[in-house]
Amino acid sequence: MTSIPTLSSFDDDSLDRAFAALEKQARADAATLDGTEAVEAFRLRWIGRKQGLLNDVSSKWLKAAPPEAKKPVGERFKALKELVERLLEQSAGAGPSDAELSAEAIDITLPGTQRLMGAEHPITRTMNEIVGVFAALGYSVGVGPEVETDYYNFECMNFPPDHPARDTQDTIAIAGQERRPPRDRLLLRTHTSPVQMRTMEVQPPPVQIVIPGKVHRNDAADATHSPIFHQVEGLCVDTNVTFSDLKGTLDYAMKALFGSSVKTRFFPSFFPFTEPSADVQISCIFCGGKGCRKCKHSGWIELLGCGMVDPVVFAFAAEKQPAYDPKKISGFAFGMGVERIAMMKYGISEIGQLFAGDMRFSGQFA
Amino acid sequence: MKILTKWLRAYLPDLNASDQALAEDLTLRGIAVEGIFDLGSGNGSLFEMDITTNRVDAMNHYGIAREAAAIYGTPLAPLDVALPEPRPATQPFSVRIEAEDACGRFTARVLRGITIGESRDWFQGGEIAAYFGLLEQKRISSAVDATNFAWLAMGQPTHAFDLDKLEGGIIVRRARKGERLKTLDGVDRELDPGDLVIADHAKPVGLAGVMGGWDTMITQTTTNVLIEAAWFDPMAVRRTARRHGLHTDASHRFERGADFNAAPVASALVSRILLANGGWIEGELVDARVPALEARTARRRPITLALTEVRRILGKTIDEEGITASAVEHLLTALGCKLANQSVHAERPVWLVKLPSWRLDLEREIDLIEEVARVYGYNRFANTLPAFGHGVQALPWAESEAAIRRTMLSAAFHEAIGSTFCSAAEAALTAPQPGLVVPLGNPLSEEAGVLRPSLVPGMLTMIVGNLHRDVSDVRLFEFGAVFSGATDKVDERPALAFGAAGILPEQGALRPSRAMDFFDVKGVVEQVLARFQARAVSFDRFPPESGLMPPWLHPYCAARAAVNGVTVGWFGQLHPREAEARKIKEAVFVGELYLDRLYQLPLRQPTAHEISRFQPVHRDFSLILDQSVTWESIGQALRRLAIPEMIDFRPREVFRDARLGEREYSLLLGVTFQAADRTLRDDEINTFQATLVAALDKAGARLRR
Repeated sequence: MTSIPTLSSFDDDSLDRAFAALEKQARADAATLDGTEAVEAFRLRWIGRKQGLLNDVSSKWLKAAPPEAKKPVGERFKALKELVERLLEQSAGAGPSDAELSAEAIDITLPGTQRLMGAEHPITRTMNEIVGVFAALGYSVGVGPEVETDYYNFECMNFPPDHPARDTQDTIAIAGQERRPPRDRLLLRTHTSPVQMRTMEVQPPPVQIVIPGKVHRNDAADATHSPIFHQVEGLCVDTNVTFSDLKGTLDYAMKALFGSSVKTRFFPSFFPFTEPSADVQISCIFCGGKGCRKCKHSGWIELLGCGMVDPVVFAFAAEKQPAYDPKKISGFAFGMGVERIAMMKYGISEIGQLFAGDMRFSGQFA
Repeated sequence: MKILTKWLRAYLPDLNASDQALAEDLTLRGIAVEGIFDLGSGNGSLFEMDITTNRVDAMNHYGIAREAAAIYGTPLAPLDVALPEPRPATQPFSVRIEAEDACGRFTARVLRGITIGESRDWFQGGEIAAYFGLLEQKRISSAVDATNFAWLAMGQPTHAFDLDKLEGGIIVRRARKGERLKTLDGVDRELDPGDLVIADHAKPVGLAGVMGGWDTMITQTTTNVLIEAAWFDPMAVRRTARRHGLHTDASHRFERGADFNAAPVASALVSRILLANGGWIEGELVDARVPALEARTARRRPITLALTEVRRILGKTIDEEGITASAVEHLLTALGCKLANQSVHAERPVWLVKLPSWRLDLEREIDLIEEVARVYGYNRFANTLPAFGHGVQALPWAESEAAIRRTMLSAAFHEAIGSTFCSAAEAALTAPQPGLVVPLGNPLSEEAGVLRPSLVPGMLTMIVGNLHRDVSDVRLFEFGAVFSGATDKVDERPALAFGAAGILPEQGALRPSRAMDFFDVKGVVEQVLARFQARAVSFDRFPPESGLMPPWLHPYCAARAAVNGVTVGWFGQLHPREAEARKIKEAVFVGELYLDRLYQLPLRQPTAHEISRFQPVHRDFSLILDQSVTWESIGQALRRLAIPEMIDFRPREVFRDARLGEREYSLLLGVTFQAADRTLRDDEINTFQATLVAALDKAGARLRR
């Protein structure tokens, strides 16, 4: 139907029949609509401004109606128009046809476009993790210089001049120190322990501090040694701080870092600045203690050194803060190598990889 | 150090524990057994020991047997030192200690009619052949084996002289200027007046406590022997040994403190082995002592130990009883201490503790507390937590550092840690203050001869490393300290370096890739600086002849970044000369920010502004400019207009084309107008545009027709 028939009569019956036929046609047209183009064609055919059938109805039937029939025709026209608009609305909401959509098909198995992310260094990550565990236990963060004096690095940590314990920490020295007073000689700190003293000198007890930092030793580089490495040191001083507190603190920290099933074991050891001193082992995180290659079949992994702060260290601190009276206060200190922990956690086999800046290595930590 | 359980058991007749259990129990008490090797039936095990430097007393068989006796509460057999009766001497051998500050005891025993040959086992417990075989200790001659035996048994160094080559008696003294000594290692040494020597009446015959002399050593033809067993001061031996670059078993022991009372015992052990091949002792043992040093070692004053102090330091044990008085007494007595309770309160014993001569590491109350904890067993203490109530403080710059790190990470830069050191040449190239580079006294290598004055050398090394490994897309950053100053005062400051090469960090199979350029790096710098609250952030560069541009940067493709007028860093393309020197063809972008300056600024506090409901209007202006006119000057001109409705302006495109003059370029400027309270009318916008064009014209940018 491209146009509408001429109305022979304007009586109700004739009008009903004529409009019913158009309604039926509209419904039939709408039923087959598929896709945006067909919907647009339907719209043009029925309510297009120029050739639309409803335009015809309006111009041919409504205008031609005698005055008494204007109202019945008008009512029926309005109903028809509403029907067409409703049909159009329903069809238009259905969107494009499947054929149209399939033409837009893509290969969704192609890789996605990734905004790359930078990777935090595994040392930073491990250090933050350790610091976080101790922060939760009430430890503040402290730091100190990488270039230290002999006094802070050795003397006040109870390494007297010429003491054999200094041999184990091969030191990188700043040039031209020979003529300076031994205490003032500058070197690259061999451990983060000097920050213990720097903290105590400015803060009376109680002290609870964790010290992350970079240290240097004149060590030949191999798979597990690097002249550059990092430590996290801890210090807790107050009245009534005991060896069993040290044990409990480190046991808690190791469980927080490596999982609640980890066990700790303490061995006597020797550090000039603590007494009693201990080495701490944790049950092997790889085999759970049964024994494997990683723990050399012992079931245990040595992880940190610790001990009760030696009264000599407190005596040095008391020179500036008299409250560090070893008869009244006590404390413990601990220190751990960050590289060793990071290498263990992330399965890194060569310590040198941590300092090479190889993109392929770093990218694994993104 | 290697220890035979067979030898240990000779001193521990009642020990029931297996070798395995013994190893475990020793280790848990700080006498670490690192490895156990089964030596086959009847031979027991070999323990590979790792003894901490403070426990020299336990670096020998008898010392470890003593530890085991304390742990198990089992008796320790005394060393058998019975000797045949000496034949009388016409006069006692002369020994004089001149260096009374450095030698505490010198014993000398004369043996005559000796045959030097294969050492022989001739008494129970002196099973040289068996022990040396299991230890793979080479047997050399009766004289050498005898001193080695005493060393392995009890850790006391001894020395045997050919008596006939000594001229007169022994004098322990400091070397004299110009004296020389050929030591047993065949080295002819010039002695220092600080060296402690054993001398006869004519010449030095040994470096005391370090090494004997060549000319007086025992040979196959020796028949008369002088056996030396002595006690030397640790510092004196250490200084002598260091001066001559020598580290011997003897110096190791003396440096860490020998047992003052061990000398006659060791002398007897050595004598017995030598006498097994015949010969006799002449005269009594000559035993010269310095009372002052004896008082510092074998006759130290007793120290006070209070049970309350033991408990204050050690805390709770798993066993609810805790550390008891009887436990303290039992443990310390087994280690050789003698305890006498001085307290009238039965509940709070305070002991006077006499210390054993072999434990010079025990000097203070805390040392005894450690011994109690150690032998009691560390793992028998409870796990408790200290009571504590106060705030936790982060570092003042922690937040700033974290904000910068997040910015760098989200720009797809990986964090790296480079070397703290660089070469003098790299330092000269990159030091912000060239004269203030700090050299090292004992650098790891020449390439690592100075403290880095900048993070740039390390960054370049890492970038170049990647490019040489065919990793072409590189984006790295490093947080680290940089150093400046002189050898008597070193300044340390935090810095951030970054470097990039290759394509933009977007990985997609279907996108065209684009090489990174200066502006990609500048964008990262802008984003980092935008973390901080600042009045003004600006970028500029200086003419090459000004000498202000860092020599590592391309003089025309690099910039200084300044915040509030203060230089906070430099960045840009690596100078092509430096790229070439490192054999790289790619464009590399690198920069450094001075974090100490940034950390002084507060972090930017975001504040929300109302977002206008009214439609924004975008206008583009196509401009032609002379090359000398920078974007910065255009921006300044527009900002000066202070039109509140001009909410944004930006360069949309910069290009050159053939129709322009040679020194001209074209710029497409995009401007956005929007009011907070109304829709802008056309006439308003036209007025803005006219003002804008006039201002642009004044700034040297004419509208393209």
